[in-house]
Amino acid sequence: MTALTTKHPFALIVALTALFLSAVSALAQSNSPLRIEITEGVIEPVPYAIPDFVPENTAGQQYAASIARVVASNLSGTGLLREIPASAHVGRVSSFDSPVQFSDWRAINAQALITGAVAVNGQSITVKFRLFDVVSGQQLGDGLQLDGRTDNWRRMAHRVSDAVYTRLTGESGYFDSRVVFIAESGSRENRRKQVAIMDQDGENVQFITDGAALAFAPRFSPTGDRILFTSYETGFPRITLMDVATRSRQMIGDQPGTMTFAPRFSPDGQSVVYSLSVGGSTNLFLLNLASGQRYQLTDTGAIDTAPSFSPNGQSVVFESDREGTSQLYIMDISTGDTRRISHGQGRYSTPVWSPRGDLIAFTKSSSGRFHIGVMRTDGSNERLLTSSYLDEGPTWAPNGRVIMFTREQAGGDAGLYSVDITGRNLRRVPTPGAASDPSWSPLLP
Amino acid sequence: MRLLTTAILLTAALALAACNNPRSGTSDTDSWGSAGNGIGSTALGDPNDPNSIAYFNQTVGDRVHFTVDQSGLSPEGMATLRQQAVWLNQNPHFAILIEGHADERGTREYNVALGARRANSVQEYLVQQGIGASRIRTVSYGKERPVEACAAQRCWDLNRRAVTVVSR
Repeated sequence: MTALTTKHPFALIVALTALFLSAVSALAQSNSPLRIEITEGVIEPVPYAIPDFVPENTAGQQYAASIARVVASNLSGTGLLREIPASAHVGRVSSFDSPVQFSDWRAINAQALITGAVAVNGQSITVKFRLFDVVSGQQLGDGLQLDGRTDNWRRMAHRVSDAVYTRLTGESGYFDSRVVFIAESGSRENRRKQVAIMDQDGENVQFITDGAALAFAPRFSPTGDRILFTSYETGFPRITLMDVATRSRQMIGDQPGTMTFAPRFSPDGQSVVYSLSVGGSTNLFLLNLASGQRYQLTDTGAIDTAPSFSPNGQSVVFESDREGTSQLYIMDISTGDTRRISHGQGRYSTPVWSPRGDLIAFTKSSSGRFHIGVMRTDGSNERLLTSSYLDEGPTWAPNGRVIMFTREQAGGDAGLYSVDITGRNLRRVPTPGAASDPSWSPLLP
Repeated sequence: MRLLTTAILLTAALALAACNNPRSGTSDTDSWGSAGNGIGSTALGDPNDPNSIAYFNQTVGDRVHFTVDQSGLSPEGMATLRQQAVWLNQNPHFAILIEGHADERGTREYNVALGARRANSVQEYLVQQGIGASRIRTVSYGKERPVEACAAQRCWDLNRRAVTVVSR
């Protein structure tokens, strides 16, 4: 990225940050569980305008409007911003470097303005953009230039989106990322389940497995270059490790007469924690991928499953029914010390540690409903974000602000949904067909 | 002509029974999709032949059911398994695969573990009845392979099961 100009007006960023903080603190004050009022304290999204980017040569025309549309879709999809449609614009941006006529944008009540330009030379594409605070009439941060290949034009739009999001919220972005998930088809009694990867906005879907063998719960490595999933290729659940680029795969953690599933990478990508079932007991194991060394983490005769590492790699959060119903526990890997963190009514499962380290997202079932919720790592401040016939399997956006999960309507197909950690902005994530078990990648390198 | 119709109906009934259990196989195709597991497909045979797999599935009873989140055997379940053990002792050249299943009202990973626990309690009971452990293997499908999918108690009750799949 190249800086074009530098100015530091803060009016808009301060306004948005205040908006974020008030939303979070309003929820933090409500300690009572079962707060699923997604509409509670509705925030007014900030109005912004993003005219089609300016094509700086003929070849650039093909992408100029498309890139602006992808950026707008990302930003409006956060629920924090609301686009003022082009049909309402009175001003025009005909040149990327001409001075902005702020009065034109104030006239339609835009508070932010994004301008951009696109030039294409052969396979190369150059995208430039600037972000303006319309109210103060100043540029917000540096203008940026991105250079890449035309077949990556959507990724460049996601990079622009991430930069704008970061400037407006003070948070890191999450748009230039992917999701690995299960694409479902066929009858519900004999479901075909394929591992697939797509961009976080549902574009560029690639099928990773052919669906001949049942597969579920794929997980990205911390750098997004490998995936783990559970496959019935041998007739029994076994963990498969696959390189995303080459599609080369191997079975790991295999022991005759056992079933292995629920794998997740350690934060350094060198180990895998997973469940192994034998003799009716399901325990947690840790496998070093390089040495093949295996360590048994739990041995209780209960069901211990769905482990997820803390970002510092020192602890694992998992679910266990060792005390009756499924509850969440955190184990210190070096000492084995284990403490229960969930204490509410109902069953808790599929805990996932936030990339920020501060929160655990989980599935909770209570009184015949399923919820996605979050709690602090000590179990305090439990908040339920969703409620439906069947919500399960949360995964964190790379910035720890958004959660994606599986929702299955009663008698219907499963689909992917996302929700803000404040419980706002519940949205269906577009997929080619029925889908389940999302796992969000880190921001792409 | 009448005999032929009966035969067709019988074949259809067998095919339907097999549908409940996609891995028992009515064709030569290995529905496991892999050669490495050592389990091939086996003809179901004549349900009137007490030594046939069809007889085991339909008359002896190939499955037991469970209550929510539980893996304990009901008195009816134990009665079915005792009959399975009698049949298996009379047909020692058959091996069995016990499939544990769960209903859809739980998370995916937990249900795989729960199905494993259910398959194991069937295995333990059959071993108590004198079936050699070397003849038995277990697998869990969690909630991935319902007998019938519907958002109602009727389906959930049907789906919380362990199915004994017989093969040569």
